[in-house]
Amino acid sequence: MIDTRKIKLTVNGRACEREVETRMTLADFLRHELDLTGTHVGCEHGVCGVCTVLINDISVRACLMLAVQAHGKAITTVEGLANPDGTLNGLQQAFREHHALQCGFCTPGMLTTLTEFLAHNSDPSEAEIRLAISGNICRCTGYQSIVAATLHAAKALREGKS
Amino acid sequence: MGAKWLGARVLRKEDPALLTGNGCYVDDIKLPGMLHAVVLRSPHPHAGIRGIDKARALALPGVHAVVTHADLPESMRNQRVPLLVPNPAIKQVYMPYCLAKDEACFVGDPIAIVVADNRYIAEDAASLVEIDFELLASVSDCAAALAKGAPTSHRDANPALGNLGALIPLSVGNVEVAFASAAHIFREQIFLHRGGAFFMECRGMIAAPDPVQEALTIYVSSQGPHRHKRVLLDLLDWGDHQLRIITPDVGGGFGPKGSFYAEYGALAATAMLLRRPVKWIEDRQENFLSTQQERDQYWDLEIAVDRDAKILGIRGKLIHDSGAYMPWGVVLPWISATTVPGPYVIPAYQIDVHCVVTNKVPTSPVRGGGRPEAVVVMERLVDRVARELKLDRTEVRRRNFIQPTQMPYNVGIIFRDGRPVTYDSGDYPMAQAKALAFVNHNDFLKRQIEARKHGRYIGLGLANAVEATGLGPYESATVRVSTSGKITVYTGATPQGQSHKTTLAQIAADQLGCTPDDIAVVTADTAATGLGVGSFAARTAVNAGNSVHLASIQAAEKIRQFAAQMMEVSEGDIVLEDGFAKVAGADLKRSFREIAARAAGMPGFSMKGGPEPGLEGMSHFTPDRSTYSNGTHIAEVEVDIETGHLKILRYVVMHDCGTVINPMVVEGQVVGGVIHGIGNAFFERMMYDELANPISTHFGDYLLPLATDSPNIEILHMETPSPLNPLGIKGAGEGGTIPAIATLISAVENALEPFGIKISEAPISAARIVELLGDAAKGRTR
Repeated sequence: MIDTRKIKLTVNGRACEREVETRMTLADFLRHELDLTGTHVGCEHGVCGVCTVLINDISVRACLMLAVQAHGKAITTVEGLANPDGTLNGLQQAFREHHALQCGFCTPGMLTTLTEFLAHNSDPSEAEIRLAISGNICRCTGYQSIVAATLHAAKALREGKS
Repeated sequence: MGAKWLGARVLRKEDPALLTGNGCYVDDIKLPGMLHAVVLRSPHPHAGIRGIDKARALALPGVHAVVTHADLPESMRNQRVPLLVPNPAIKQVYMPYCLAKDEACFVGDPIAIVVADNRYIAEDAASLVEIDFELLASVSDCAAALAKGAPTSHRDANPALGNLGALIPLSVGNVEVAFASAAHIFREQIFLHRGGAFFMECRGMIAAPDPVQEALTIYVSSQGPHRHKRVLLDLLDWGDHQLRIITPDVGGGFGPKGSFYAEYGALAATAMLLRRPVKWIEDRQENFLSTQQERDQYWDLEIAVDRDAKILGIRGKLIHDSGAYMPWGVVLPWISATTVPGPYVIPAYQIDVHCVVTNKVPTSPVRGGGRPEAVVVMERLVDRVARELKLDRTEVRRRNFIQPTQMPYNVGIIFRDGRPVTYDSGDYPMAQAKALAFVNHNDFLKRQIEARKHGRYIGLGLANAVEATGLGPYESATVRVSTSGKITVYTGATPQGQSHKTTLAQIAADQLGCTPDDIAVVTADTAATGLGVGSFAARTAVNAGNSVHLASIQAAEKIRQFAAQMMEVSEGDIVLEDGFAKVAGADLKRSFREIAARAAGMPGFSMKGGPEPGLEGMSHFTPDRSTYSNGTHIAEVEVDIETGHLKILRYVVMHDCGTVINPMVVEGQVVGGVIHGIGNAFFERMMYDELANPISTHFGDYLLPLATDSPNIEILHMETPSPLNPLGIKGAGEGGTIPAIATLISAVENALEPFGIKISEAPISAARIVELLGDAAKGRTR
């Protein structure tokens, strides 16, 4: 018999309650139960980082966590990053201006990882940014444009432009 | 009309959706009644299949089917996946059935499709399918596979040929004479390994049967749905109207998503059997086991030079690992062999290419498609000549460059399209000279000597490459102004991150007097475009770009014709601007919306005598032959001789891809390409044991370059337009990768020069550096 549990959590500011199978990963729950398909799955073993979401503002691999473990938590996915009016936030805009995404598959994980990082480091060096995303694999960009975008976004944040 | 958007740094149309989680990749699609499939694959490199017991799997609640070869429709049982690129060099054709019939030939060969209500149950059920295997001897290393008495990778191998799948003899000039007259002959034996594509989005497909008709709509993560359609029509024995294939957003392709995989046929058949949509998403371990890779090549070459280091000839042999099947025939090794001459004058060249069938994942081109290996080989030979003749490496290259005055330059060798390799344009000596000046080469030599005094080993590597791009046959483009006035471009090009929707809109906008934002670009839908080839081999900018250009010119002409009729002016007086056809110098204009309505006609009113109905243009631009991009890469590395750690201190790219559509996009392609090359040079190794069991099956064992491994790439541009197409485009998708391995290997060898170490392999890991250093490294180990 497949075991199920009822969980309550907040996703991108909205409360939700669901009966889920205990073996379901958080990534599958977000994608297939809540239809938040912005969170991608790239390796299912916690290496590539594309499934990264924020749980209580801390980055977490949604492929390595079960949905039931998110009970009572507040989750932010890539769908929850834009400004309240739906426009791109500073980091997203910087990604666009610096061509920091090509296929876009790793982008949600990059954005969530860097959102957490910039919250704690408003004036990062290039090396610090590279270290921060060293658990996120991008096969397209070669990272250079992601680093440039992050430096730009950090500067804009410091100057109160976004 | 002047080019306003072509060449501009336009931000991407693709980005807003992808940055907010609103992209649509295949696994994001959810259809009513959809079931979920797992592909059950062979756990053995080579085995006979004596029987399959589905009973326990089928008994599991939520399981709908276990489909094996015997369950496939007759047309699929009776034929193997067709080979789309036949070649007389192929001696034994090996292609798979959609599901293994009675023999599995690599770990990962599909045997059954297990379908259930969800993926979790399907995986449970797959583990309950019992297969009675008869283990057979297997073939792992492609060089060993050619030895007398080696086991064969397929049971029905021709005994006279063994594992030899194809033999390609290529030659130009008189090698015998060249070698007989040479002052020096040097031999290099080089082993090259390239792993896989490892796009971040694994493969995936949904097959959805039409609820009413005998027909399927398929969504597949691919590099071109039209070729998939062609194969599936054969396998299903269907007509054009029964199959529509759409490729949605794709999370990277790099080559292997261009191939048709056996399971695609089986999944289509399964959906038809169940009359329900069936989704299959490859997981990452499966990606290691089943997605095609590039893998192993053994090169054994000799170079003949005269007293002045001028190259007289090259001859030798290449052994290429084709894997268990030949989805791309001999395309990959053929490209390797014909890329060797590169930017140098090679009067005589002769090579025998042996394509070996093994019990490993089949191979296909991966970003660069066999060219990076060829560049390593050529540049290693040139470095060897320089070392032996005590000349500067850059000088040997200078003496052998094809000069711009020799363009177009016929290399003489026959490319895979059956035509001689003929470079269209380019200034190779200038590319190297500019790159060397930029890095201040002479200053480096001083710094190197200084560093060595302090026990630091820095090295400089360089490589030149010429890359065949923009291969035909064509790409389709239709440009249509709808009766709402909105403009849509339809094309068979299939982006996987290359920004086609932006760059193709830029090209159309120039002709239609609007902005790229006014133009929707619809890619990769077989119902929207009848013909299509797809995106691979740096071909889209040339083929689709020029098709869009020509189709837009036609559409613009139609707009002017109808507008002229409507406003009773001459066509020549009309300019297209901001979505209007305006009469120059008069306050007279018509919107695209009004003109399109006129062009669509009114019921009952004849259009005889006027322009053809409809505001659209269509083109299938077919290039006469390949264009050739070129580049010079220079890298400075530091090797820690205690740990073997390799650090890239600087990386400079001089790149010429002809006319640039969008410099931001080209730079993105180049930088990403170089980092891919760094992976191939230092990290990426798909390992197998001696029985062909895969050993590296996850990202813990198979290392991809991370942000902390990647330097900033400095890019210099030259822009030599190609004379072979209206826009002068060449292609930029692979130019970053192609010279990168050669450059880095050369830099590492240069750094380790004091130890007399020669590097004749790639990838080269830190551990391997320590091994090569031997006592020199150990002596420093604490």
